[in-house]
Amino acid sequence: MGAWQSYRLRLQRKRWRIRAFRKRRDLRPVANRTDDIRASDILVFCTQRNEGVRLPWFLKYYRDMGVNHFLFVDNDSTDGSLDYLARQPDVSVWTTRASYKRARFGVDWLNWLLSRYGHDHWTLTVDPDELFLYPFCDTRPLRALTDWLDASSIKSFSAMLLDMYPKGRMDSQPYQPGQNPIEIASWFDAGNYTIRKNPQYGNLWIQGGPRARVFFHDDPERAPALNKVPLVKWDRRYAFVSSTHNLLPRGLNQVYDEWGGEKASGILLHTKFLSTFNEKAEEELERRQHYGASREYLAYAEGIRENPELWCKWSEKYINWRQLEILGLMSKGNWA
Amino acid sequence: MSVGIVMLVHTAFDRAEQVARHWAGAGCPVVIHVDRIVKRKVYDGFVAQLSDLPNVLFSRRHRCEWGTWGLVAASQDASELMLDRFEEVRHVYLASGSCLPLRPVQELVDYLAARPRTDFIESATTADVPWTVGGLDHERFTLHFPFSWRKNRYLFDRFVEVQRALGYKRRIPRGLVPHMGSQWWCLTRQTLSAILQDPDRPRFDRYFRHVWIPDESYFQTLARLYSTNIESRSLTLSKFDFQGKPHIFYDDHLQLLRRSDCFVARKIWPHAERLYRAFLSDADNAQSRQEPNPGKIDRIFAKAVDRRTRGRPGLYMQSRFPNPGWENGMTAGKYSVFQGFAELFEDFEAWLARATGAQVHGHLYGPERAEFAGGQTVINGALSDNALLRDANPRAFLTNLLWNTRGERQCFQYGPRDNPRINWHMARDPNAQISVISGAWAVPLFKSNANFADIRAEAAALQKIENKMLDELRSPDVKARIRIWTMAEFIEAPMEPLQVIIDEIGQKSLRRLSEAPRLTDLNGFGQFLQNLKNQGMHPYLMGDFPVEPAPRSAGARKRKPYLVKK
Repeated sequence: MGAWQSYRLRLQRKRWRIRAFRKRRDLRPVANRTDDIRASDILVFCTQRNEGVRLPWFLKYYRDMGVNHFLFVDNDSTDGSLDYLARQPDVSVWTTRASYKRARFGVDWLNWLLSRYGHDHWTLTVDPDELFLYPFCDTRPLRALTDWLDASSIKSFSAMLLDMYPKGRMDSQPYQPGQNPIEIASWFDAGNYTIRKNPQYGNLWIQGGPRARVFFHDDPERAPALNKVPLVKWDRRYAFVSSTHNLLPRGLNQVYDEWGGEKASGILLHTKFLSTFNEKAEEELERRQHYGASREYLAYAEGIRENPELWCKWSEKYINWRQLEILGLMSKGNWA
Repeated sequence: MSVGIVMLVHTAFDRAEQVARHWAGAGCPVVIHVDRIVKRKVYDGFVAQLSDLPNVLFSRRHRCEWGTWGLVAASQDASELMLDRFEEVRHVYLASGSCLPLRPVQELVDYLAARPRTDFIESATTADVPWTVGGLDHERFTLHFPFSWRKNRYLFDRFVEVQRALGYKRRIPRGLVPHMGSQWWCLTRQTLSAILQDPDRPRFDRYFRHVWIPDESYFQTLARLYSTNIESRSLTLSKFDFQGKPHIFYDDHLQLLRRSDCFVARKIWPHAERLYRAFLSDADNAQSRQEPNPGKIDRIFAKAVDRRTRGRPGLYMQSRFPNPGWENGMTAGKYSVFQGFAELFEDFEAWLARATGAQVHGHLYGPERAEFAGGQTVINGALSDNALLRDANPRAFLTNLLWNTRGERQCFQYGPRDNPRINWHMARDPNAQISVISGAWAVPLFKSNANFADIRAEAAALQKIENKMLDELRSPDVKARIRIWTMAEFIEAPMEPLQVIIDEIGQKSLRRLSEAPRLTDLNGFGQFLQNLKNQGMHPYLMGDFPVEPAPRSAGARKRKPYLVKK
């Protein structure tokens, strides 16, 4: 990479940070318990809108994993989820009625909170429908991973988005609050992912899965990106660029090995395709607040009307992280 | 007689205290060294915590940065204190705060008592071991290292380069032969005191003070001068990864550690509650002992290193995306590509499946869709037959298919009508077996019911594409197993090449092929080619083909071709 490009990325990173600083005024604290955060705590950062039904499981899942504090941005929820979050002892929540889209799909808000509260912490930036998995997550807490990453001088950890879906119609099994969504959406595509390198930021660009197979088969270039770097030892100089797909400085995107080896990586189980999805898609279509002119949701709405079934004969049923490791979707790397 | 434990501690004091109590409780005196970087308050608290134990002492504190002299100085001072204050100690065991005894302390005491003259210290000459990471093996003894490796890697590296360029070399003190090994040793009083009380010690210390990572070489080298009986292995189980960092043990390693038969293991994750609980309570530990099996731990960690450095062949994923040439296997398994066979033989795919037992697809790169075996629209791994999805990244389509079906031989048809962008990738892949009958694309045209002008245009286009494909297959960089015949050549004796290809696939027994595929009816094909020629489109890829069929048209399959006279 030339000095010129390096300089431009630096400017770009500064721009995102200034933007995040300006967008801080969108956020109004509802419950700020950040004084409770201790130096070694692991933090979760999340934006949510009307995800009340998912939150009980989400919080339980990450608490059990060993997350110490949650920082939420609530984007104008109307389902009481803001109150629910404000009542949790380990949650700090801010609310905003500003445009999700103009905050670059929430990235500006999160960049602000990250730089303010995430500095020098291990931070996990996820959506309410994303469940993080890492090697040995059934026997070792998240701190075991972050300690190991610290000891290995690794600052960022990759976790590809794995779209989970039910067998049968999406709306056939209603999802109940507090229920493990994987009980319903327990299927996934094991081996139809395509990877390209993004020369600008140095990250991999992964597409595929059921969304490419069913909703984007006529326009595969536009299928959603699945690469994510959710777990980062944050520094206030860092900035997410586009969702958690990539960040700056670009060295943090180097979560893959280029010389034949495998680095350790995890998975984000994406439980978007539950009974709640149709409503959500309809609503988002109306609001037009999502990425790429909500193209994704347009495609879904069309696809869902035609054929709501994502399941196919070769879908794989989720068992545990070891299964995903064997399938080559994630890797233990040299963590043993 | 007993064993004295020297413990180097810099973090996780609650665990260090637990382990120190365990040693002391079993009658082993303990001398603890705490890194000087630890804050006074924390240190005092730690000392106070252990003040109730008379046989636990604290030695003078040094700053122990990794790779520097501090660790040796700490070991020296603590050992001196140990030898001085605890007369009954015969062996001194160097351990760290994150070490955990795996066997009852008494077993260690008995073991050492049975070997009163033996020094357990891993010690090998630099020339003979490939342990070092980063390339500094012998040079660590002959260069200067004034800059911190951790904090000033850039200056560290540059300074090494400068010294190399200048040809600078430190002299190794006379009488010393540099040895290296694990820093966790167990030495006898005799050897240790000889090292510490050597009149030459100031000279040696001055030298080792500037050696890189002296804690892995100071005692290892000097023990060679005095010891009468060195057993070159460490009693501490300690595994290192590809960067030279110690592997860490967690709760889920409990059974492995139980069966390892080692006395002490490091490094233990401080929050591994189950490990500490299991190994620090002597009672149930002694009973649950099974057959020793240290090999399993070795295998697990060796596999981890292998996975990190070489990875799984043919896998492309979020954390493994090799640069070209570094794939360690571009694809996950061997596969066969057939070009022109399905055109020339009737029902070739079914025959091939019967003959080899492999999974035989149609034209995977066909223009309409990927023709998976059995007409499936989706295949292993939920790979779709959609042509647009496939053509968005034809290479990933191939590597995905082969990864998803690993363990089962894949065969597929290919040709100039298919997506040509995959041809070059296959040609470079040692896993590919590519067999081409050039010009066979003309057979479907010959049988088609199209207007001749269209046929002519298409034949010209296909010939051009195939010619380019053949050029790629004949390039000097190809790695695939490639065989090319012209059509005329092939139909003269079709069984021989087929037998060779099938044998190479090698799925079934090596019997001769019992059933031959049926050659399609080529009556009039020669004339068809001649017509193309007459229209000014010279088909040359199929070789020299007869214009007229042999007179015995009934036995068409047996006929011998003859040359067309121009």
